[in-house]
Parts: sequence; C-alpha cells; structure tokens
Amino acid sequence: MKNKELLFGIGLFIFFALIPVIGSKYTIYFNAQLLFTILFATSLNLLVGYTGLFSFGHVGFYAIGAYAFTILYKTYGVPFGVSFVAGPLLAAGAAVIVGYLCVRLTKIYFTFLTLAFAQIIWAIAFKWTPVTGGDSGIVGITPSSLLLPLNNTYFFTLGVVAVLMYVMYRIAHSPFSLVLNAIRENPNRAESIGVNVRLYQLIVFTISGFFAGFAGVLFVLLTRSVFPDILLVTRSIDVVAMVIVGGMYNFWGPMIGAVVLLYLNSFVKAYTEYWLLVLGTLLAVVVLFFPSGITGIFPWLSARFKLVAKKGELNA
Amino acid sequence: MDWTFYFTQFIAGLSQGMFLFILATGLSLILGVMGIVNFAHGSFYMIGAYLTYYLVTLLGGSFWLAIILASVSLAGIGYLLQRFLIHRLYGRPELQLVFTFAFVLIFSDLIKMGFGVLPKGVAYPELLSGIFEIGPIRFPKYHIFIITLGPIIAYLLRMLEQRTRMGRIMRAASLNRDMVNALGINTERVFTLVFGIGAFLAGLGGALASPTVSIALGMDAAVVLPAFVVVIFGGLGSFAGTFFAALIAGQVQVFGILFFPRLAESFIFILMAIVLIARPWGLSNRPPKFA
Repeated sequence: MKNKELLFGIGLFIFFALIPVIGSKYTIYFNAQLLFTILFATSLNLLVGYTGLFSFGHVGFYAIGAYAFTILYKTYGVPFGVSFVAGPLLAAGAAVIVGYLCVRLTKIYFTFLTLAFAQIIWAIAFKWTPVTGGDSGIVGITPSSLLLPLNNTYFFTLGVVAVLMYVMYRIAHSPFSLVLNAIRENPNRAESIGVNVRLYQLIVFTISGFFAGFAGVLFVLLTRSVFPDILLVTRSIDVVAMVIVGGMYNFWGPMIGAVVLLYLNSFVKAYTEYWLLVLGTLLAVVVLFFPSGITGIFPWLSARFKLVAKKGELNA
Repeated sequence: MDWTFYFTQFIAGLSQGMFLFILATGLSLILGVMGIVNFAHGSFYMIGAYLTYYLVTLLGGSFWLAIILASVSLAGIGYLLQRFLIHRLYGRPELQLVFTFAFVLIFSDLIKMGFGVLPKGVAYPELLSGIFEIGPIRFPKYHIFIITLGPIIAYLLRMLEQRTRMGRIMRAASLNRDMVNALGINTERVFTLVFGIGAFLAGLGGALASPTVSIALGMDAAVVLPAFVVVIFGGLGSFAGTFFAALIAGQVQVFGILFFPRLAESFIFILMAIVLIARPWGLSNRPPKFA
C-alpha cells in the first residue's frame, strides 16, 4: 500500500468513526447507509472498472446476501455469526452459477443476461411468499442484543466495511488485478498469451458477488428488514451510476460516486420530486465529457497545469 | 372455453407481435447497423404515445394526423440526440448503454413534469373502433389494421435496405465503417438518418399503441426489454428474423399469461435468459461482428 493512500484510508476511517460522536441519529443512520453502499459500489467496480464487465444485475447478489442472512438467522434460528458469513457465501455461490452462464457472452449480451438474472431473482423474492415474505418482505429482524443500539450497528458496519475495503484494495493492487486489466483492454490478446479469460472473469464475478452479499447483510442489520424493492432495476442502475460518476479507473472512484450521489439525492429530494432528471443529466454529462469520472478529472487537470507551466517556462 | 376463444387470443397475440415488431425493428436497425444499444427506445415509444394523447385530446386533432406528427417528432428527437450527443460515443458500447439509460431517466421525469402521474387514454379512431364478426369469431377492427400494417412496414424496410443507395451504404458500413468512409461516403450522415428512422419507428409504435394501452409512466420499461428479447432472438439486422421472432414473442406473451398467470411479470425475463443462454446469437446463430 502506498503511504499516501494508507494515510487517506486511515483518515477516512477516523472521519467515519467520529460521526456518531458529533452527528444526530439521522446522520448516523445516513452514514451507515453510505458505508455499505460504498462497499457495494466498490465491489461492482471490480467488474466494471477492473475487468470491463458491465453488470446491470449486481443488485441480485446484494439481495441474495440479504435474504439468505435473514432466512437463516430469523426463520431457522442459525447463530448470528454463522448467518453473517453464510449470507455472502451463498451470494458467492449464486454468483458462480450466474457468472458461469454470463461470462460466456460478451459486452452488451453479458449486460442483458445479468439484467435478466436480477429480474428473475426479483421474481423469486416476490413470488416465493412462504420463504421470502413476498411483496412485503420480512420485517422485524432483531440482530444479537449487542448490535441493538444504533451506535453499535454503526461501528460494526464501519468495522466490516473497513476490513472488506482493505481486502478489496489488496485484490485491486495484486497481480490478479493486472490480469483483469489485460482482459479489459483486449480479451483476445489476453487469451493469446495464455490467460484463461472466462475463468478469470468467473472468479472476479464470484468475488464481486461475495462482497455485494456482505453489503446486503449490512443493509439488513441497519434497516432490520428485507423486501423485493431492493432488487428493482433502478437500484442496479444507481450503483452503476455511482461507479461511473466517481470514476471506474480508480479504486476510490465508486466511493466518491456513492458519497456524491447519496448526498445529492438527499439534498435534491428536499426540493423537488424530479431526482431521476438530475441523476440522468449528471450521468449523461459524465459519460459524454468525463468518462473516467470525478477521480479522472484530477489527473487530467494536473496534466493540463503541468503543460501550461512548461509552456510558460519555454516562453520565459 | 372453445376454439373461438383460443382463436381470438391468437389474433390478439398476432397484433401484439406486430407492435413488438414495429418497436424491435427500429432497435435492431440501430443495433445492427451502428452497433448502438439504445435503451431510450422504450422512452421514444412512451413519448410517441403521450404526444398522440396530447395532439388528439388536448389539441383536438384527428387521430391519424396525431400519429404522423408524433412519429415525425420522434424522428426529429432521435436525429438530434444522435447528431449532437451519441455520435461522440462510437466504439464504446458500454458507455452508450449507460448514456442511453441516462436518457431513459431524463425522459421519464420530463413526461412526469408535463403530464403528471395519472394514466391517460386515447379513443380508437371512429373508422376502426368496431368489431368484425365472421360466424362465431370476432375480430377487433384495430387489431386487423395493425396486423396488416406490420408486414407493410417490414416490406418497406426491406426495400430500403436492399434496393436503395442508402441501404447499400448501411449494409456496407455495418461490415466495415472505416472502409466506407475511405471511399468518400459520409457514413456519419447515414448513421444519423438510421437513428432517426429507428426513433421514428419507436414513436410510430407508441402512437399506434396509444388506443390499446393505458398511457402511463413505466410503459417504456414494459416494452423495451421484450423488444430487446425479440431483437436478440431474431438475429441482429435481419428484418425477417425480427419479424418472426416478434410473432412468436407475441403469442408467447398472450398464451403465457393465459396459462401461467403467476409468472406474468417475470415471463419475459425468463424468456430472455433462456434465449441468451441457449442461442445468444438468435435464430441465425452467427455471432455479430461488434460483440
């Protein structure tokens, strides 16, 4: 880990750790939401930014994590710790199956199949009433007494997100990730130097589903409920939007995207009901003019300034 | 339930299939020739329906005039969108996907701003409002009209593609755009026209569907995914393939809801998953060049 980024990460952790000290109940709740959304968006970026796989169905694994945890913990009374790990593991298991079928397709076909699978998972959650609670979902999930106060839920969420973000950071800066980048840039060439492209894609799809599952479980811990609405297509698009707005070629991009979009959302909603118009416009502008997102603007700016400075030297 | 019931359902499925064809063929044209995935196609359809409502009900225009004006306006919107924005994203299919999706959000909120959230309706035109009866079978006249119109549109598009200079350029450019450019042909202009035609067809689909459906927010999402299923199943850029795939999908939708009502909303996604897994390149089973 580079020193600068280590400092950045620690600073971030301290910032989030201080929120319960100074913030209101609403602020704490909002930031807990922000934390698992950051985890969710970053997990999607392993696919989108690092491997070039545009999944529109990532929310499916988030939901499987959430539902699996809830059903194990509440319906079957499995101990908290076991359910907490089993939820994401089941999400990863589902990702293996879905991923196996999806990575055989490329580009837009891949995107459409992921979208279709998310909808099928939605349909299962919606129709399988005896198990999933159907339309109204499952409510009143009380986590182990230790997590009952909001502050404790918040610190638990912060701890889990911090650890998982660190793990993802290591994955994103490993030789494995370099192979993924090679696949993103040119799958044919990657194949020709001996990379098993589909296997790598399947592995990263599974890893990404696993982390998304954790985000889903953290969602349940905060809201104490789970329902099919978390699976709507618009939710999938929201996360894709976070990745793109924040910048998909930077590890911290999705986090910045999540912060910007969630704050913007709570701000805009206070003034107007036309949030989609704002989101759509922002997304269109970013895609057209800054395809590498907010985090892509800084290197671009500094390159411009260096150029200007150099020109100044030459003229002098 | 005797056979006349099933026959009536079959006719309904046929007209449903024609609607799907009109929509899907525009999508297939844009995807097949330009390689652009246009999520906003459903929005074009929705705007077409709302414009027809606006022209007929609020301005008191005739239904037929409204249909023509609505689809031509959509051609204009599509033309402008492509000419000034989408053309910047050539060769980046994923970004196009996200970009056109951004416009789905924008259009949906603009419609909400203009027309509110209550569903709207358009009356059938007088000429086609009744029912034909031949013996025990009842044919709604409007369905007959749509079933006749579908093949005419298919024929006209086929002629455009096979017999005109523009069609030749389209076919050539879909194979190798740089080469066509090098021959001194402005493919950019042709592509913009193609996008305009695609948007025109989506608007026409929406305008024609306006008396048969409840015009409401969310109708865009309800049609765009079935249309994509048809495009993929039919094979890209093949009018005949799209035509038959649309007819099959129309029947599947009508009879699927009849026999499996519990699966109604998810039926199209299950179909989509099956098609993508089993025959990702459609009926023709040849991989498209851009994917």
